[in-house]
Amino acid sequence: MGAAQDHVQVSGLRITAPAAGGQETPIVNDVDFTIPKGQVLALIGESGSGKTSIALALMGYARGGCRLAGGGVRVGDTEILTLDASQLRTVRGNRIAYVAQSAASAFNPSRTIMDQVVEAAVGRGLISRPAAEAKAMGLFRALALPEPEAIGGRYVHQLSGGQLQRLMAAMALMTDPELVILDEPTTALDVTTQIDVLRAFKRVVRQQGATALYVSHDLAVVAQVADRIVVLQRGRVREAGDASQVLEKPADIYTRTLMAAARPSTQARPHRPAPQQAPPLLEVRGLTAGYGRVEAGVPKIPVLRDVTLSITKGTTLGVIGESGSGKSTLARVIAGLVAPASGQVLFQGQPLAPTLSGRTREQFQRIQLVFQNADTALNPAHTVSRILGRPLAFYHGMDGRARNRRVAELLDLTQLPAGLADRHCGELSGGQKQRVNLARALAADPHLILCDEVTSALDTVVGAAILDLLAELRRELDLSYLFISHDISTVRAICDDIAVLYAGQKVEMGPRNGFGDAPVHPYTDLLIGSVPEMRRGWLEEKEMAATPPPLATAQSANLCRFLPRCAARVEGLCDRLPPPRIVLGGGNELLCHHDGQALQHLQRGRQSAVSP
Amino acid sequence: MTPTVPLREESMLKPASTAASRVRHWLSGLPTSGRVGLALVVLWLVLGAAGPLLAPYDVGAFVSPEVFDSMSAQHWLGSDYLGRDVLSRLLSGAQYTVGLALASALLASATGAGLALTATVCPRWVDEVISRFMDTLISIPSKVFALVLVAAFGSSLTLLLLIAAATYTPGAFRIARALAINLNQMDYVQVAYARGEGRLYIAAAEIMPNMIHPVLADFGLRFVFIVLLLSGLSFLGLGVQPPNADLGSLVRENISGLGDGALAILAPAMAIATLTIGVNLLIDALPGRGRRITGGR
Ligand SMILES: Nc1ncnc2c1ncn2[C@@H]1O[C@H](COP(=O)(O)OP(=O)(O)OP(=O)(O)O)[C@@H](O)[C@H]1O
Ligand code: SF4
Ligand SMILES: [Mg+2]
Repeated sequence: MGAAQDHVQVSGLRITAPAAGGQETPIVNDVDFTIPKGQVLALIGESGSGKTSIALALMGYARGGCRLAGGGVRVGDTEILTLDASQLRTVRGNRIAYVAQSAASAFNPSRTIMDQVVEAAVGRGLISRPAAEAKAMGLFRALALPEPEAIGGRYVHQLSGGQLQRLMAAMALMTDPELVILDEPTTALDVTTQIDVLRAFKRVVRQQGATALYVSHDLAVVAQVADRIVVLQRGRVREAGDASQVLEKPADIYTRTLMAAARPSTQARPHRPAPQQAPPLLEVRGLTAGYGRVEAGVPKIPVLRDVTLSITKGTTLGVIGESGSGKSTLARVIAGLVAPASGQVLFQGQPLAPTLSGRTREQFQRIQLVFQNADTALNPAHTVSRILGRPLAFYHGMDGRARNRRVAELLDLTQLPAGLADRHCGELSGGQKQRVNLARALAADPHLILCDEVTSALDTVVGAAILDLLAELRRELDLSYLFISHDISTVRAICDDIAVLYAGQKVEMGPRNGFGDAPVHPYTDLLIGSVPEMRRGWLEEKEMAATPPPLATAQSANLCRFLPRCAARVEGLCDRLPPPRIVLGGGNELLCHHDGQALQHLQRGRQSAVSP
Repeated sequence: MTPTVPLREESMLKPASTAASRVRHWLSGLPTSGRVGLALVVLWLVLGAAGPLLAPYDVGAFVSPEVFDSMSAQHWLGSDYLGRDVLSRLLSGAQYTVGLALASALLASATGAGLALTATVCPRWVDEVISRFMDTLISIPSKVFALVLVAAFGSSLTLLLLIAAATYTPGAFRIARALAINLNQMDYVQVAYARGEGRLYIAAAEIMPNMIHPVLADFGLRFVFIVLLLSGLSFLGLGVQPPNADLGSLVRENISGLGDGALAILAPAMAIATLTIGVNLLIDALPGRGRRITGGR
């Protein structure tokens, strides 16, 4: 490829960050790549690999303390790194646009969206206000936003995360930039939203003929949008090439590791049949819970509605659902942190008291909670040995030598170096923190561990290692897990049974094998179908999900919660009667007016999408 | 298939830090204004503690034939309206001001933080009761409150201490409560509850260590407010009673020297100013969130 036709050229880029003792450590080292005009290049790597630093360098910007130490960045015929501050400002506004990970924080909550979208273009005198608004509406339409004429009049709190992300793209595209930088634009979104946003981005970037840099850690997402891929590790390029080459014939071992970690394989593990006579380890019966004052059995902010599930000893129950569906609330109720409004939780056949004060120490000990975000789950004021030592002292009365020995054993069990014991958790990496978090739960000697999104905050490779550790611990210690996640492929990889929550309702539950093929609940179908596959063209093949027309009437409380988004709904039935619970041949129990055959018919053609 | 790349968790051992090196490190991170503040604070603490020992003359002794004398070799800061040595009186006044303010601020901050922790970890109604009580206390104007009490009981050091502490406890409580309630929602505290830990342990071991920095900053601020309150009371004649005098009383008793710009009034005024400014500079330079959340009384 001749240099003349490359629109963007990065050569020998070096970025350094300040290190202790006034020195500098390189965070990006000798990075070269080019982007031909109108193409999309994806930068992919784990967190800390320097993706965002490079993306920002393309605009001539270095984050606090960091320095663009060497090399060059050419966009069109401009050498970005030689520009002064005012020239940079012009280039950033007019020719290069940036879409960040969290759109919500990029908008001012007290002004309308339209004001903010047109502000830059109008402010620079590029275009008149009415023309700008017309153009913005065109972009809204192209980005498949609802009500493109009216949406500009709304405020941030009236829009969903996916909509804001698209509005931010519209704002970035107002000045017809020649280069668009998208930094993890869909990472914070639910899969079902991500797919719409991806599709919209892709179409609009094509239409505008812009060159794009797409930063992501998710290879499957990148596969949908990129023409070229650059794989980064610790600030160095591991592999660069055509998207199809990198995805189909990765040359570098690290790329292969990333691909392996991205989609955890379903380990062929026989589903252990439950011994029928023993009561299940944990049983949740007709649980309704939420926040705020409870009136007539319903809390002020209802979250969970009539949820029933059970976990047999030694098995793992996966709970999936999108953000806000009540997954964490479920874990909190079981742990006793939130009292149920009605319904019961039984542990080893014994009802658990609704609040902490009614529970015995034995019950506390046997149920342990592990939170998603290890940064906030470990007390920053305590050392690792104190964090692990407390449950040992508290439950087992261990002190002195015995405790230290056990702490060392726990560190070993979670594959952490013994030297970690004296450190504060601020000095640990994300993966190490999550291991300590897990070790603390193990210290209690529990029967059941409630894992709330334990890998969501981690990179794919580190997350995959944690999943392996969980599986291994389960084998060794005969543990049971309630494994909460928003990612169905993770859940399918490690769980025996799966429950699907939608808006606080358990819409489907069954053995994991029941989730491989149709029929499944229409919502489960949408969830599974929205997980990008790691091959090019998947997004195009996936026909636009038939978005149902909006409902004529307001939804009443006991109807199917999925009704407004359900493409399979039956007029006159779903919007009148609450759905019955039906049991399919594969053992899946679901909440829907359709029966297995009808669902099978509706979902034909999806088959094998995620089958192992 | 399991990934076979080493985890990104390289060890980052660092040399064990001794207390001395930690202090040095902390000092080097302090901006200049903070160091000036620290120097002033340390100076006043030392003067407050050792003042009477350093004083060249007796506090009440009439040692100069001149009133409102200016600097001289015998009287570094001149003499006051009765011909007493200003330096000696200043040193003794510093003892009262610094000591009294320190004790009241400690009392206010400790009570405030203790009640805040109690309100946080105990059932809802305890919080309601404490918060309502504090709201009542905070709605009483502090000067009037002080005037009434002093008028009723006569001024004594204990009473002054209690008045100052009672005046600033609600503010300390509010700030500590806001902090503690936030921390109480942190996952590690929730995990401790789910572990079955008692309230005392959660308050003392999980929550308190993480609010100590902002509470310390707040303590500094309360100290300043109390110095000003006590000085104000003394200026009104309600504070420390003669023959003893705190810095505020020194300003008041020498007020007639104001027209001449006498050192006898400038010196204690400057003392109050440098003490309060020093504490403020130090607080503002403290690292982290401590700075932001303080404010108001
Ligand atoms: N303390 C609270 N007070 C009031 N509402 C709350 C509280 N905690 C959570 N909620 C609400 O309850 C609902 C369910 O929250 P929950 O945390 O259980 O969702 P989740 O499924 O875990 O979501 P995510 O995937 O984002 O973690 C949300 O609408 C949330 O706003
Ligand atoms: S009950 Fe009706 S609306 Fe609900 S999931 Fe089934 S078909 Fe869709
Ligand atoms: Mg959650």
